[in-house]
Amino acid sequence: MTKYRVNKTKHVDQTKTVSFDFDGKSYHGFEGDTLASALLSNGVHLVGRSFKYHRPRGIMSCGSEEPNAICQINEDTNLTEPNVRATEIELYEGLKASSQNCWPSVNFDIGGINNFISPFIPAGFYYKTFMWPKSFWKKIYEPLIRWSAGLGKSPTKPDPELYDHKHVHCDVLIIGGGISGIIASKIAAKKNLKTILIEDKNILGGSTIFQKNENYKINDKYSGEWIDEEIAELKKLDNLTIKTRTSLAAYHSYNYLLAKENISDHLPLDKRNGGIRQRLWKIRADKVIVATGAIERPLVFNNNDRPGIMLSNSVKKYLDFYGVSCGFNNVIFTNNDSAYETAVSLKEKGISVEIIDIRTKSNSKIVKNAEQLGVKIYWNSTVVNTFGLRKINSVEIMNLSEDGSNIVGDKNRINCDCLAISGGWTPMVHMHTQSGGKLDFREIDQTFIPNEIDKNHINVGSCNGDFELEEIINNTNKKVKNFLKVSETEFDNISVLNSKELDKRNIWLLPNFISESKCKSFIDFQNDSTAKDIKLALREGFKSIEHVKRYTTTGMATDQGKLSNMHALGIIADTAGVKMGTLGTTTFRPPFTPLTFGAIVGRSVDNFFDIIRKTSIHEWHIQNKAKFENVGQWKRPWYYPINDEGLHDAVQRESKAARDSVGILDASTLGKIDIQGTDASEFLNRVYTNAWSKLGIGKCRYGLMLNEDGMVYDDGVTTRLGENHYLMTTTTGGAANVLSKLEDYLQTEWPELDVYLTSVTDHYSTASICGPNSRKILKKIFPDKDFSDDAFPHMSYQNCKIDEINCRIMRISFTGELSYEINIESKYGKSLWEKCIEAGKEFKITPYGTETMHLLRAEKGFIIVGQDTDGTMTPIDLQMDWIVSKKKYDFIGKRSLYRSDTIRDDRKQLVGLITDDPNEILEEGAQIVSDMSKKPIEMIGHVTSSYFSPNLNKSIALAVVKSGKKMNGQKLIVPMENKNINVTVSDSVFLDKENKRINA
Amino acid sequence: MFLINCPYCGERDQSEFSCGGEAHIVRPKQPTELSDDQWAEYLFMRKNIKGVQFERWNHAHGCRKWFNMVRDTSNDKIHAVYKMGEKPPVE
Repeated sequence: MTKYRVNKTKHVDQTKTVSFDFDGKSYHGFEGDTLASALLSNGVHLVGRSFKYHRPRGIMSCGSEEPNAICQINEDTNLTEPNVRATEIELYEGLKASSQNCWPSVNFDIGGINNFISPFIPAGFYYKTFMWPKSFWKKIYEPLIRWSAGLGKSPTKPDPELYDHKHVHCDVLIIGGGISGIIASKIAAKKNLKTILIEDKNILGGSTIFQKNENYKINDKYSGEWIDEEIAELKKLDNLTIKTRTSLAAYHSYNYLLAKENISDHLPLDKRNGGIRQRLWKIRADKVIVATGAIERPLVFNNNDRPGIMLSNSVKKYLDFYGVSCGFNNVIFTNNDSAYETAVSLKEKGISVEIIDIRTKSNSKIVKNAEQLGVKIYWNSTVVNTFGLRKINSVEIMNLSEDGSNIVGDKNRINCDCLAISGGWTPMVHMHTQSGGKLDFREIDQTFIPNEIDKNHINVGSCNGDFELEEIINNTNKKVKNFLKVSETEFDNISVLNSKELDKRNIWLLPNFISESKCKSFIDFQNDSTAKDIKLALREGFKSIEHVKRYTTTGMATDQGKLSNMHALGIIADTAGVKMGTLGTTTFRPPFTPLTFGAIVGRSVDNFFDIIRKTSIHEWHIQNKAKFENVGQWKRPWYYPINDEGLHDAVQRESKAARDSVGILDASTLGKIDIQGTDASEFLNRVYTNAWSKLGIGKCRYGLMLNEDGMVYDDGVTTRLGENHYLMTTTTGGAANVLSKLEDYLQTEWPELDVYLTSVTDHYSTASICGPNSRKILKKIFPDKDFSDDAFPHMSYQNCKIDEINCRIMRISFTGELSYEINIESKYGKSLWEKCIEAGKEFKITPYGTETMHLLRAEKGFIIVGQDTDGTMTPIDLQMDWIVSKKKYDFIGKRSLYRSDTIRDDRKQLVGLITDDPNEILEEGAQIVSDMSKKPIEMIGHVTSSYFSPNLNKSIALAVVKSGKKMNGQKLIVPMENKNINVTVSDSVFLDKENKRINA
Repeated sequence: MFLINCPYCGERDQSEFSCGGEAHIVRPKQPTELSDDQWAEYLFMRKNIKGVQFERWNHAHGCRKWFNMVRDTSNDKIHAVYKMGEKPPVE
């Protein structure tokens, strides 16, 4: 046992030694320790350097509020994690932890020079300094600031661990397993409600569990013993789920809460066995009881940040819970009674302690108790300075003036090796405010407490501002009874004995004889903001607390200002001479403590990150070495390289084959919507720009769909299968949106129409066979069918059978070639495809991918919605006036086609571009200009599609250009990084303007 | 995260729904007879109030039905849900 381990407790098993490394040095602790308690038991206080001034910092607290003791754990492994609070991580065999924010070491840190030049780096230093010369920013300032900024190191290797999500519903969720949470859980579970209790520590009991003081008794037992018995009973209740090591991250509206359960973080690395590391609970609770407790406040005085300066109640917890004394020569500096409990605990174990109290007196029982034990108390005094480089060795104190605004008398120096400070308590109202709750300010102890109006959650215990044991128990009992409609409980007639605090005094910034500008009175320990910074911000005109916060970075560190926000507010209120309650607080945002990315994403990683959709022919594409392209969630063959062919060569070959002989494309991904009902034709009339009523059964028609603002939304071919039955195709990416848009109109604007929509995209596979030899292949597969132009004309469909399997053949074309699309039930898709390939062998049938499809349609000037359009193109802009019905009274978007903006003739319009050098291929997205001499150069359009056409043996492009319609033959320029490309505006149809090939 | 009471399915998590903006904006029956300003009023103008607002919602990952909701945008309290075509509840 080390000399600081002075006490045996039941919470730390001192028979089980655990060895660990800190900053490369080996230490021992025991099972039950946290990293912080184990370090303290070895006398290690100095654990890190502060962010800005690189001042030595020590462990300050014992919980999630810890600002200083944040470590990198298991560095150089793929399990490394930065910014872990040493006060929260449970010690395990082989744990390796190291200090952050220091170089080369925590004991000798080069950055410490910032401390000596600190007068020159006030709040806003970066904003003010790195402004000039401007050219220094990119090469000098930014890299330098980036090197020194940030806490810890992110892991560089993939995270090997598993994370999980769990959705839970419950009647009552209780947040916090301290005394009030335990009382609430018992009442709820005994009322037969499905109850969940979550607690972030590994055991229940909060700070009551280590309370063994004559002045605090429940039913004549020490409160610590009483709560032990309560916990034992609680664990027997059936309908109560107790989740320890589970911290609430967020409290959203409608009682939707997120909590993170640590499952294996406390286990040695070799015992984790690849199981789940953390689980994110997504809880929907009918009622929520918040019992998150309170955080002890520090005091703000000169040099209040040395290692060895700790929160008073934490000193008590290290002693009574972990059996570790943080010092042997303790001084307590307080403004309230709770610190006297620490003094009594220390004194009872024979450890030296003295108290400095800013109050002039206190007549409570606990103070009397301390006095009786011989604790020396310096009343009406304040600490004005502290000494000790890497650990505190003494404090200097002075008396306070009557109003507390100044100091009087002589300095008095007291030696110490630990200074326990207590500035009172701050209720943890984070959860209440995250849920949308408001706060009230309570003058007497300067706290913000919940103002409850929401009927579905309450706050109990010290997070509700109840600090005395008797209040906690009675008010919790009363509130929970009322909330859960329980008439009587076992806590109704409980006898509680506690010391009552009667005398209060609070000074947010303690006065000093040293001038304010030379004091280092820290408010935010992690971000190094001092009282001086806050006052500077106020002098510079920042008034809102939200602005002061951002300017000084107070409360913006990883601890989110759990210790600092109240002092910042108090000092602003005092300085500006306003009431603190009127200032309001900064916004409390989730998560309460940092969450790992792993916990947030859960199982949605790798293949589960997004849905992958494959057609039924996918396997064939893989076997034939297709390169794939993502289109929405679909994997579509992009091109099929032969041997070591690249994209360009493969596409040239595929395109030529499709025009010279025959090609085949997997078109299964096109969206397909089955439309039925007596008003189906009328419905199509309203959603497409062209007319549908006269389309004969068995015929196909191309349709263009607009948004109500007149802009092109989607396109595709729709086939009339029967009198009241159509099959609509949509673009691959637009399928889901088109369906939901159509549903929207049907349900909300035209409920009188008898129309039913069903998505059948996945039901059918489609093989599109295109090229002059396509008819011969169809003839081989369907020998009984007449494929002549008369019997089976362009834009028509017929039902056929392959071996008793029904299929539909549409004679439609997206390439300008003679082509057929065969639709078959998806499960037969691959065999149909293989049949086509087999039948096509003698014609050297060439499978082609999306890239070739895009090239072929561009040769014909067919648009692709989403490539040649971008949500600002009307059909008129696309020179597709022919598809807009003049006769129809109305269709979606019709009225917008003659708004003042859409009839402008200087809109961007679709044109073709031919490069002067036929081998020069334009870049898609490249800007187009007409006049290079006038600066700034006006950009009049951009290239939307560009290819080298093997069938025309030249480069072709589609583009949108202002007033492009009138520019045919005009010379324009496409300026690139290193050259200007000369182009000529042309018609957008490059090949077969007479449409002869379609009937070839 | 709201808990939304779909009029067809009952209470479901917000993640199953999508919001379709302000409710009770009827598509004009005779768009061609409207002036540019009148059409623009229908097409573009939305209230976006802080306070009680009438909204369209779609149970997109559920029954796919559209319905209306009365929601206070200042505190996200949902006061009522009702089917398309039904009259909004009187305050």
